[in-house]
Amino acid sequence: MASRTKATSGKSGKTSKSGDQAASNGTGTSTGYSKDQLLEMYRQMYLIRQFEVACGENYARGLIRGFLHLYIGQEATGVGTIAPLNDDDYIVTHYRDHGHAIARGLDVNRSMAELFGRKTGLSKGKGGSMHLFDAAKKFMGGHAIVGGQLPLALGLAFSQKYLDTKGVTVCYFGDGSTNQGLYHETLNLAAVWKVPMLFVLENNGYGMGSAVERVRAGSPDFYTDVEKYGIEAAVVDGMDVIAVREATEQAVKRLRAGDGPLFIEAKTFRYVGHSYADGQKYRGSEEIDEWRKRDPVEVYPQMLVKRDIATQKEIDDLKAAVDEEVVAAVKFAEESPQPDPDELFDDIYA
Amino acid sequence: MSQMTVIEAVRDAIRGEMRADPNIFIMGEDVAYRGGVFLATDGLVKEFGDARVMDTPLAESSLAGIALGAAVNGMRPIAEIQFADFVWPAINQVVGEAARVRYGTNGRKFAPLTVRVPYGGGVRGGLYHSQSIEVLFAHTPGLKVVAPSTPYDAKGLLISAIRDDDPVIFLEHKKTYRLVRGEVPDEPYTEPIGKADVKREGGDITVITYGLMVHYVLQAAEELARADGVNALVMDLRTLRPLDRESICAAARHTGKVLVVQEDTPAVSVSSEVLAIIAEEAFFDLDAPVMRFGPPELPAMPFSPVQEAAYMPSPEKILAAMRRLAAM
Repeated sequence: MASRTKATSGKSGKTSKSGDQAASNGTGTSTGYSKDQLLEMYRQMYLIRQFEVACGENYARGLIRGFLHLYIGQEATGVGTIAPLNDDDYIVTHYRDHGHAIARGLDVNRSMAELFGRKTGLSKGKGGSMHLFDAAKKFMGGHAIVGGQLPLALGLAFSQKYLDTKGVTVCYFGDGSTNQGLYHETLNLAAVWKVPMLFVLENNGYGMGSAVERVRAGSPDFYTDVEKYGIEAAVVDGMDVIAVREATEQAVKRLRAGDGPLFIEAKTFRYVGHSYADGQKYRGSEEIDEWRKRDPVEVYPQMLVKRDIATQKEIDDLKAAVDEEVVAAVKFAEESPQPDPDELFDDIYA
Repeated sequence: MSQMTVIEAVRDAIRGEMRADPNIFIMGEDVAYRGGVFLATDGLVKEFGDARVMDTPLAESSLAGIALGAAVNGMRPIAEIQFADFVWPAINQVVGEAARVRYGTNGRKFAPLTVRVPYGGGVRGGLYHSQSIEVLFAHTPGLKVVAPSTPYDAKGLLISAIRDDDPVIFLEHKKTYRLVRGEVPDEPYTEPIGKADVKREGGDITVITYGLMVHYVLQAAEELARADGVNALVMDLRTLRPLDRESICAAARHTGKVLVVQEDTPAVSVSSEVLAIIAEEAFFDLDAPVMRFGPPELPAMPFSPVQEAAYMPSPEKILAAMRRLAAM
């Protein structure tokens, strides 16, 4: 994988630099993926988008309560990094976790029910939006303490190596968490122990309301720092699902061969506030509009049609099916029973 | 006098003290341009500039340590921890360092530091945005721990905390922020740290509590008087360290029946200490075994609104506990 150099050709192949319009959204590359794979990536991105839109609507209706952090804008990063994984691999993520859960194939109905706090939710309503969890899918949760998931992921990767499972651990974190000491502690030990861990930095430019440059010394790039720990790192356009997937495939292949840890910085953006309650007073709408021009959920399907990979009808049919799926998930959640108060006392000790 | 919410009173206290003392500054995650996650510091950066209202990265250990260092050099920092649930990385700096500065330097140095910590549940915060974290701080000699319940007390006690020459952990219950309104003098004033306050007079039973629970207990007390003719004395601890032993014992002796209500889980908690003090100093004045009421012993507050309601003490549940005590 490329490190230090801004251009990211290196061993990671077709990863592209953020802002490189020609290469973004696969328009400048010939993909090695089948039509089914390409359409599936679109289906997942569109599903995440619609799921998130439905979450916002149901928050406004008062059916989802508490703190709600939407993944709108970052879909290509989640989908592209999860596509290359298999059943042996662990995923550990942050509180903006709905997108990763959906890309990993967690049940959409039960995910929505968890957000509604219902008995049928993935964690029977105990966790809510920030704590989607599914042990069967090796989806080890959204974590609400910023940076708190990093050493946990290292522990999983350490045990995978110790137990020789051939699995890898992918850990997602945002730019905000890089200011926690745990970030540096985890990078250091992951490198010392050479664990099969993929650090995926979803750099959306803001830790809540604080722009990266206001709380970070030096370069706005993170990947360039990581080689100081002896970890190879790549930067990828997080709005380009194909570029993200290609970079991740390369990385995962190397991790399975014992060549870890590795690091990918995805340059991405959330079009919405940090949480549903965030009015985004700290930034202007021009910046949001600029990123929206490269919205993967809009641009990517246009590319598929333009390049005769799919017809507009196929895209429209797929969207209609997803729309129905999301409506059904909301209905499932809304009609699901509330948890029993007695369940409070389940799962405290063995 | 103005009508204010708790959060407005907090902001008013900070603003007034910052106008009066240039050595006061506030730092925390998103406290400047976003005005704090709960808007406690909204507008302050406009008046005081970003050298005195400082956004810090998400790094609580550094935040507390930097505030401590500046305090030891004579400044009066106010550090905001965004949510109490995020305070644990700062424990080394607060419990391990700040609490020991005066003791460890033979009184030559001290740490006039205020750490503001929004805490508490009932806000659908789930597992990591609802905690009561007071016990660890209240257990630590060298710290003061303040937990006001009303706008008036919030302003007066926060000003006292900022002016205090020792580290003060200032606990603000998130649910009271906008729920509770009251009369607040416009000019600065202080309320004493270490003094409890009787929020309701009564001669039949004594209920001791703090934070959001003060309001729930007061509601329950009105209903108890109306429906049962039983009058409860309601005491708001206001300071959790040092506890006001004298007032606690006086209130216990006044009725001979004591209930302690808290939102935190009861085992090894503030209620444990309050009841130990009463057992030590007022045992022979009691007419009934001491009682306490709190949530069930669970590792965290569940997210589901139904389960959250089952977990949280409520005026109804507290009323039932008060009736049990009154019947003894």
